[in-house]
Amino acid sequence: MIDLNIIWFILVAVLFIGFFVLEGFDYGVGILLPFLAKNDQERRIVINTIGPFWDGNEVWILTAGGAIFAAFPHWYATMFSGFYLPLVLMLFALIVRGVAFEFRSKDRHPTWRSVWDWALFAGSAVPALLWGVALGNLLRGVPIDQNMTYVGGFFNLLNPFALLGGLLSLSIFTLQGAIFLSLKTEEQIMERAVAATKKVGPVATVIVFLFVILGYFLTDAFTRLGVNPGLIPIAAGGVLLAAGWFIHQSRLGWAFIMNTLAIVFSMITIFMSLFPRVIVSSLNPDWSLTIYNASSSPYTLKVMSIVALIFVPIVLLYQGWTYWVFRERVGRHSALEY
Amino acid sequence: MDALTLARWQFAITTTYHFFFVPLTLGLSILVAIMQTVYYRTGDETYKRMTKFWGKLFVINFAMGVVTGIVQEFQFGMNWSEYSRFVGDIFGAPLAIEALMAFFIESTFLGLWIFGWEKLSRGVHLATIWLVALGSNISALWILIANSFMQEPVGFTLRNGRAEMTDFLALVTNPHIFVQFPHVFTSGIVTASLFVLAISAYHLLRKTDQLGDFRRSFQMAAIYGVIGTISVMVVGHSQAQHLVEVQPMKIAAAEALWQSEAPAAMSLLTIGNEPERRDVFAIKVPGLLTVLAYNSFQGEVKGIRDLQAEYEQLYGPGDYVPPVAVSYWTFRIMVGAGIVMALLALYALYLVLRDRVDRSPRFLSLLGWAVLLPYIANTSGWFFTEIARQPWIVFGLQKTADAVSPTVTAGMLLFSLIGFTVLYGALMAADVYLLVKFARQGTGSQAPAKPQTAPAGLAAGIYSK
Repeated sequence: MIDLNIIWFILVAVLFIGFFVLEGFDYGVGILLPFLAKNDQERRIVINTIGPFWDGNEVWILTAGGAIFAAFPHWYATMFSGFYLPLVLMLFALIVRGVAFEFRSKDRHPTWRSVWDWALFAGSAVPALLWGVALGNLLRGVPIDQNMTYVGGFFNLLNPFALLGGLLSLSIFTLQGAIFLSLKTEEQIMERAVAATKKVGPVATVIVFLFVILGYFLTDAFTRLGVNPGLIPIAAGGVLLAAGWFIHQSRLGWAFIMNTLAIVFSMITIFMSLFPRVIVSSLNPDWSLTIYNASSSPYTLKVMSIVALIFVPIVLLYQGWTYWVFRERVGRHSALEY
Repeated sequence: MDALTLARWQFAITTTYHFFFVPLTLGLSILVAIMQTVYYRTGDETYKRMTKFWGKLFVINFAMGVVTGIVQEFQFGMNWSEYSRFVGDIFGAPLAIEALMAFFIESTFLGLWIFGWEKLSRGVHLATIWLVALGSNISALWILIANSFMQEPVGFTLRNGRAEMTDFLALVTNPHIFVQFPHVFTSGIVTASLFVLAISAYHLLRKTDQLGDFRRSFQMAAIYGVIGTISVMVVGHSQAQHLVEVQPMKIAAAEALWQSEAPAAMSLLTIGNEPERRDVFAIKVPGLLTVLAYNSFQGEVKGIRDLQAEYEQLYGPGDYVPPVAVSYWTFRIMVGAGIVMALLALYALYLVLRDRVDRSPRFLSLLGWAVLLPYIANTSGWFFTEIARQPWIVFGLQKTADAVSPTVTAGMLLFSLIGFTVLYGALMAADVYLLVKFARQGTGSQAPAKPQTAPAGLAAGIYSK
């Protein structure tokens, strides 16, 4: 029986998936900026590949935050206050990143540009890492008491499994960024991006399989999904290997699609193994937050469902159109005035 | 300091800082859209240069508003988890709708506007800036619907130990939003007009080579400013009258009115003794407060002591009086700055109509400084709104002291508070540096490129415009 709580769980998952798919390559481009671009013009080209998109992409996480607040206030309250210090770091990173996009080209002084370029790098790498840490912790469980309050400290969040999750998201996003750049640039930058996919790809694959093995011992994901986990988790592994094969074949359009699907299927797997819990208590299974004990009232969920039904399709339409408008590769001959 | 005090400081600092940028976004987006519309209809290159020039300043300001807004979306959960639990059923909805309806529009279409000059048809490109303006102002509407619930809770019932929404329509048609949104919207117009007037005045004063562009900008901003300052006062007045009804303590604190009076006098200057709740020295106009409150010579305005007694009856023992001196002065600073800006805008329009703008150097240099006034008014206005609601976070329902996150320690808060303050300080320096630089540069092409120690391969032409 599908109820509104389940629909909102799915909707939050969709928002997170949308965020990871879109902002994934977006972070990756920021991470690769210092390595793939060798001079100021190249840096401008690399940044302009995501220039028109990054802000719209970032709204996905703001909307996910808003949706959690509206649909599951206890999830919002427990997670955001419990993960306080990592979130503060994430906010610092997102702030300098957003400003860097707008500010870096507005002054010619090399120091000015170099500062903002590094801000862009750090502002992309830190969240790319922290999102994985957060998901690792959600999967593994964190100390939550009977009042839905997080009772662990900062260092509880830095366990090996969660840190590996961080490396996982960092490497997958970097890979995604490299594939994206190889599709959106020309000449030397493209060649370097292609070379980067071949270096990052295997590293990411190894980390994924390490994470899965560690997850088998440290989380209940496998017991919950069963010996035969179903189509999606298996597909997640399959498309990742397919992405590797396409990278090897230098068919990067397909590699991008496969890697995107890998992100989508792994996120679905993570949300499936959480369901119907939203934060797992490591102290007592009964103290976990679920889509029922953490949710808003049925009335609020109904109102929000109507709102989402109207506006999510509209957003998808015009964001999709943006990608169509800026579909061309960015190179030395593009208008780079901005 | 304890965690509660630090959390309050952090919210005050991050939110005040965020709101340095928001009003200019609200008002300037519309003004830039108007400029581009004129360009679209007339093909006059002056308006294209104006659109690009003010658009560049708009984008710099917008970026700061966006990134500081991310903090707003998360910090209710981070620092005010008990608040989020208590009102999340209601308060989360407008926040989520804001993101879905407004954030997506403004961010997506701003990207299209910035990068789309050559890629989109002229009509579609014009539409993108109007959508940015629309998105920004819709965003303000939804966040103010959320804030209005904190000022005047409606459409809810207390159930399951929290406030639960029972009537979405009541939430979005909260009587408070009909006075608050117009006030914020028009203050955006005022902020943008003073911003444009001040920078135009700078160029007119120095007789830079783009006099035509800035004369035209000055004219538009003068009209915009008169419309803005007059309407902000009209709607501000009706907002105050509304508060007399629903938050009488706020008005009593704004006027340092200790005892109920009928008809009530209005204070011109009060030196008060706050702990003993009495005047030390006061100059008052008899009856004026009643006239302002009710448009009539009759009617009682309730005083602080009587309201305190009333609230003790209603909500139990406790101190229900907000910091009076802060409320009194922030209110007066806001109103005073508003009146000065109205006079400046009217005089600017008078000069435009008399065609004497270029021959009024003293007024022009005064306008340069007047750019600070809207920021002072906006900030003190929000200080007043939020501080004079204390001790409540949601009026009559939850106290601020009960709303704070129990898990976030003073040490963690100290770390984040210092971090935000240092980071925001550095960003402010960069922001002001860029704004001043581009404001001075004007609408023409960039100053001749000095051969700096630029990296090889830098083609100067690429970076112009």
